[in-house]
Amino acid sequence: MPAPGPPIGMLAELTYRCPLQCPYCSNPIDLLKANRELDTGTWLEIFAQAADLGILQVHLSGGEPTLRRDLEDIVAALSKRAVYTNLITAGVNLDGQRIGALAAAGLDHVQISFQGASAEVTELIGKYKNGFEKKLQTARLVREARLPLTVNAPIHRHNIHQVADFIDLALQLDADRLEIANVQYYGWAYLNRAALLPALADVERQVEIVEAARENLKGILNIDFVTPDYYADYPKPCMGGWAQDAFVVIPDGTMLPCHAAQTITSLEFDNLVDKPLAEIWQSSSAFEKYRGFDWMHEPCRSCPRKELDHGGCRCQAFAVTGDAAATDPACILSPHHDALRQVAEAAVAEKSTEFSYRRI
Amino acid sequence: MRKRLMVTPDTVPRLPTHVRLQFDELRGKWVVLAPEKVLWPDEISVDILKRCDGKDPARDIVNGLAQEYAADRSEIEADVIEFIQDWSDKRLLTCEV
Ligand code: SF4
Ligand code: SF4
Repeated sequence: MPAPGPPIGMLAELTYRCPLQCPYCSNPIDLLKANRELDTGTWLEIFAQAADLGILQVHLSGGEPTLRRDLEDIVAALSKRAVYTNLITAGVNLDGQRIGALAAAGLDHVQISFQGASAEVTELIGKYKNGFEKKLQTARLVREARLPLTVNAPIHRHNIHQVADFIDLALQLDADRLEIANVQYYGWAYLNRAALLPALADVERQVEIVEAARENLKGILNIDFVTPDYYADYPKPCMGGWAQDAFVVIPDGTMLPCHAAQTITSLEFDNLVDKPLAEIWQSSSAFEKYRGFDWMHEPCRSCPRKELDHGGCRCQAFAVTGDAAATDPACILSPHHDALRQVAEAAVAEKSTEFSYRRI
Repeated sequence: MRKRLMVTPDTVPRLPTHVRLQFDELRGKWVVLAPEKVLWPDEISVDILKRCDGKDPARDIVNGLAQEYAADRSEIEADVIEFIQDWSDKRLLTCEV
């Protein structure tokens, strides 16, 4: 296999601490395992290595990344290397001064998650008192600091009826982008599948609303739509392909090919405390395992769509079939495709609202 | 509320501060960095983007390009306006009239 090219993007999960407890969180269920956090110096060293390797964008995430007091130093260091910085925050613990300091450090973009388009739903999902008000306030402060804003709306059964409201909210907050992101079922979200999966009729209505809004709001609001897998005919592409364009670093310094990769229990991952970043990127077993196309079985191996979707998501294949090299069950050509549909239908019929809220 | 901007020869486009055009030394090509986006514009697109400086109207950008490529301005005008419209629609260019 030819050596991989330089990666473009990096997701840095700086901490697993978070004031919210969203049951759709994609963080691993066993949060304690990687709860040990790197110190500032180690993170700065990792980011320097990432910039040397060719990283152009860093997404600062978590948990809640603003709980790290050294976030400004991290942003400043990345900015000095001309790396584009994107802060992904729940937006409940930021004041104007902090946002000003981050902007001054060179932050390029802020994404705030909204668990609902109303106070009730936001609180039901995030389990954080007055979360909605705080998020609105943070969004306004972000715009006052002249930073561009993305409103991120993770969609599931309990807020899918609010899609039109999310669009209004994004406009009202002068957001540049809106992400209507149907929840992907890894980590806590997988555990909570039965309480989160939406009904097909609601999904179809959502698609109509989003498509119409995209047309009407051309040039006014960018709407990115992450469609729901469980009712799809074909899978979403796995990033740019496994270990092709991007990687993830979690709070304890473990480097992953994607944020849910640890759910594939057959893989072993290296830690940046022990090994250089370039070496892990180029030759670690977890990165090599599903790189390119050689690992594929049928029906993917001879499928003309494989360059498009890379056989879909390895983590979803593993979660549903037990084999991470299997065709993503979201694909109509997977023998597990009907089973996936049935899981969704059973979940909707059951009407469960029993969440396991995320906690460490 | 904001409105969609319709680009004309008088429109003055510029890259908003959060959309960066920079030369990537490692890969030896120009790159555009924007929220959740990394784009690799071709040579002509880079030439247009470099001229979107917030000072020159689209008309002057067309003149400059016509000169550089020794092309007839009438041949390229529609393409350049369309490019600016497209990038403006994607919110990658800010335009003033
Ligand atoms: S999904 Fe919710 S709980 Fe998980 S990291 Fe984001 S804000 Fe925190
Ligand atoms: S068979 Fe594999 S490559 Fe083909 S569409 Fe399905 S997931 Fe994609």
